[in-house]
Amino acid sequence: MEAPDTLRYSEEHEWVRVTDGIAVIGITDHAQDELGDIVFVELPAKDSVVTKGKPFGVVESVKAVSDVYSPVSGTVVEANDGLADTPEVVNSDPYGDGWMAKVALADPAEVEQLMTAAQYEEFVAKEKS
Amino acid sequence: MLDVIGVENAAAMFAHVPGALRERAELALAEGVSEQTVRRELADLANANRADDRTTFLGAGAYPHFVPAAVDQLAGRAEFATAYTPYQPEVSQGTLQATFEFQSSIAALLGMDVANAGVYDGATAAAEAVLMALRLRRDRRLVLLSRALHPQYRQVIATYLEGVEDVELREVPFNDDGTTVLPATELLERAACFLVGYPNALGIVEDLAPIAAAVHACDGLLVSVTAESLALAVIKSPGAADVDIAVGEGQSLGLPLAYGGPGLGLFASRDKFVRSLPGRLVGETVAANGERGFVLTLATREQHIRRERATSNICTNHALCALQATVYLSLLGRHGLRTVAEDNLRMAHAAAARLADVGRLRFGGPYFNEFVLELPDARRRWERALERGVLAGLPLGDWYPELEQSLLLCATEVHDEQALGVLVDALGASS
Amino acid sequence: MLPPELRREDGLDGLPEVSELDVVRHFTRLSQWNLSAATTLYPLGSCTMKYNPLANEVVARLSGFAGLHPLVPDQWAQGTLELMARLTQFLRDVSGMPEVTLQPAAGAHGELTGLKMVRAYHVDRGNPRRRVLIPESAHGTNPASAALCGYGVTEVPAGPAGMLEVETVKRMLDDDVAAMMITNPNTLGVFEQEIRGIAHALHAAGALLYCDGANMNALMGVAKPGDMGADVLQFNLHKTFSTPHGGGGPGSGPVAVSALLEPYLPAPRLVESDGAWRWSSDFPKAIGRVRSFHGNVGMLVRAYCYMRMLGGDGLTDATEKAVLNANYLRAHLSRSLPLAVATPSMHECVFSDKDLGETGVHTLDIAKRLLDYGFFAPTIYFPLVVPGAIMVEPTETESKQTLDEFVAAVEAIVAEAHADPAQVTQAPHGTFIGRLDETRAARRPVLRYRKPTAP
Repeated sequence: MEAPDTLRYSEEHEWVRVTDGIAVIGITDHAQDELGDIVFVELPAKDSVVTKGKPFGVVESVKAVSDVYSPVSGTVVEANDGLADTPEVVNSDPYGDGWMAKVALADPAEVEQLMTAAQYEEFVAKEKS
Repeated sequence: MLDVIGVENAAAMFAHVPGALRERAELALAEGVSEQTVRRELADLANANRADDRTTFLGAGAYPHFVPAAVDQLAGRAEFATAYTPYQPEVSQGTLQATFEFQSSIAALLGMDVANAGVYDGATAAAEAVLMALRLRRDRRLVLLSRALHPQYRQVIATYLEGVEDVELREVPFNDDGTTVLPATELLERAACFLVGYPNALGIVEDLAPIAAAVHACDGLLVSVTAESLALAVIKSPGAADVDIAVGEGQSLGLPLAYGGPGLGLFASRDKFVRSLPGRLVGETVAANGERGFVLTLATREQHIRRERATSNICTNHALCALQATVYLSLLGRHGLRTVAEDNLRMAHAAAARLADVGRLRFGGPYFNEFVLELPDARRRWERALERGVLAGLPLGDWYPELEQSLLLCATEVHDEQALGVLVDALGASS
Repeated sequence: MLPPELRREDGLDGLPEVSELDVVRHFTRLSQWNLSAATTLYPLGSCTMKYNPLANEVVARLSGFAGLHPLVPDQWAQGTLELMARLTQFLRDVSGMPEVTLQPAAGAHGELTGLKMVRAYHVDRGNPRRRVLIPESAHGTNPASAALCGYGVTEVPAGPAGMLEVETVKRMLDDDVAAMMITNPNTLGVFEQEIRGIAHALHAAGALLYCDGANMNALMGVAKPGDMGADVLQFNLHKTFSTPHGGGGPGSGPVAVSALLEPYLPAPRLVESDGAWRWSSDFPKAIGRVRSFHGNVGMLVRAYCYMRMLGGDGLTDATEKAVLNANYLRAHLSRSLPLAVATPSMHECVFSDKDLGETGVHTLDIAKRLLDYGFFAPTIYFPLVVPGAIMVEPTETESKQTLDEFVAAVEAIVAEAHADPAQVTQAPHGTFIGRLDETRAARRPVLRYRKPTAP
């Protein structure tokens, strides 16, 4: 499992990268691996308001459906609409082209409450055991 | 076998079932009988029915049509009939490919992008269409139903919606020509969907295109509901009229009347709504060696995966009925279907013409194989005809109190000039 | 006869145009690409793939039944109505419940019908209530049907023996619980021994007991849901009473109810007057209609034929043999695969793949390899509470010889998993087509045939 040091992580297996008050959000390498081949991604609409800990989208594999929970609160400024045609990118590049939404943070302090890469790796190891 | 299991007798296998239950469980049902006996008994019961289609001029949601022998012979094959849901596609390609062909044929017949693998019947298909429209238009809680939609379909929709939050069902009246009144913009702007029969329950073929334009101008969804699917061989397809969801009853496509069931719910829509569809879907794919094959797909919409968030609770798809329809459509083909549908048109219009002295056409709109005849003393004359062994349609007062003096009559390819003569005599006799 | 703007102009493009012989060959060939209960053991757990007597098929096609229009006056339908009345009586007997509707089209449709009645009952008492309790091991139709009736779902865990415990249920009860849906035997094939205590607790809290009758094949003449305290129960005629599964329907899902729910049964209902049967809509509390006309009558004729041929003793015997066959398989297969629970089994038993961990062989692979041995696969990955579940239901109509062949196949596959795992993980090898790419089907759905466009 890969978990870059530069990102923050939620217990629902989302990652966040913040630049200039905008959080880029996706699901982690571990999450995509658990789901298997992703066949469909449903994302929030631009300008919709998302809340930390509440579902904002859905990822589906052939035989499973998972909610994607927003790790932060704010307003969606962009969704990765390309995933509608190429959901497999979430499998192949979860931290890059597989990003899901960009959110203008309502409360930047929320990011600090998320896990670091080291904490997340420990969290996943504990979840597995 | 008992030794392998490690019990002394069969009863011991049930020792863990509470005794209080077991001691009351004996069945009162009589002892079994031989196949010969039961077949005689059932033949007697069948003979106690009166099922003669040439003296029955009744449609109203179930239509007498000729079914070629090959339909039952092929669809009745035990390899189809005794399989189940194709969970293992490698050994279920027969059911899967036939279902794919069904989806293809129904999408073509309805003129829509995509059809599902079928639901129970036309009425439940209409109810599922309403639920789908409410999913697609979450901010709208009004559902408009044409009053000329089959009354049983309206009843089923009402049953399905009972307990579903805040949804308001409203009926839209029909005009004097039997077409549905175009609802006011104020209503259309609040409505998630508008359901219109096509042909409707008065037999009238409505022009859906202007209705679709009005509904779409208010961002609603138009649902066409076709109880007589054979009509689609000659009337403009719902897709060509720009409807959003087209549903119907497929009984006319090779299924016996069977006192109304099993039927076959047809359900089709636009590509963009595919993930909101209820029910099963079969998709084309490839095997490891590149060979074409078919699998159940987009199953994450369904109850066995999404559970309480599924698009529907439906589990089966009336697959064997869908197969019957697929065989029927394949056997008749484009030419044969058109020919049969034209025979229906002609037979119904011939019947109406020959009844011109008995009554008058109640509605002026175009019709396919059913029409409403208004005549004085309608119910008494219907009863008189019945006494002569002729079932002269449906007394419409049962469905529409304002149409107490009208009969809904149906004539199809199973009738002929002689049968029409019997009808005219029977209805005209007491005048 | 039709004005030009209403005429179809596309020539029915997209529909076939072939000869009858080609149609016969095509569908005959397709039929040969199926495994079915008529060709092989089809041990699909929870589906009860028993033999469907061919006499059923003959009687359902009698023209007096098959050609009868659903809206004929009742006096023209007395034969079918008499049959429906007799079948109703049979189902009262098997369920131990006072009244039955034959209208629902399938098991899931019966669930919907039953829960609509539950809701109407509570609405009548001034509070529709908002939640339904459902065991974790339930079929997906249970929560989906509850949601369709506007109910929230609360999952109830089972105890260590795979059975519900009355104390757990009691802790979850309050005046917001409308009903609990219980499949008995449950999807582990285990009889819910505390069912009567649970029914009592539900009733004490003003809630109702919904029994999912999917597994009635284990109960005929052994225990009646009415005696368990059930208020509502749906039958699956295609499982218990031998109507064909049809590749996925048509089924038929009659619903039996207790006296409490009787007023809410769908209308119209069959009543007798002056020695004849007629339909009556005079039931003001009825939930309405759940489908057009009167039910999947063609299936009712088949089920009646079956029940009449077996009779009370024959049905009881069918249950005994179904349980015998399942326990025989359990005794043999549990040497090769671990059982999900050690609790006694009724008509089916559930195994898992957990002992195959190091081989890399999973439940799916075992299922695929069984196809090579000429068997349809058991139900897999269900119930969800058992990781890697393999759910086997042989039914009463299989011979010991067939069961022995199946046992030998499973034993051989487990041996292969250790000796030559690739043989299993790459299966099937001998089927008409190999493993299909389900991911591709879901990513880029192709849901209908379209003629290739000319270049």
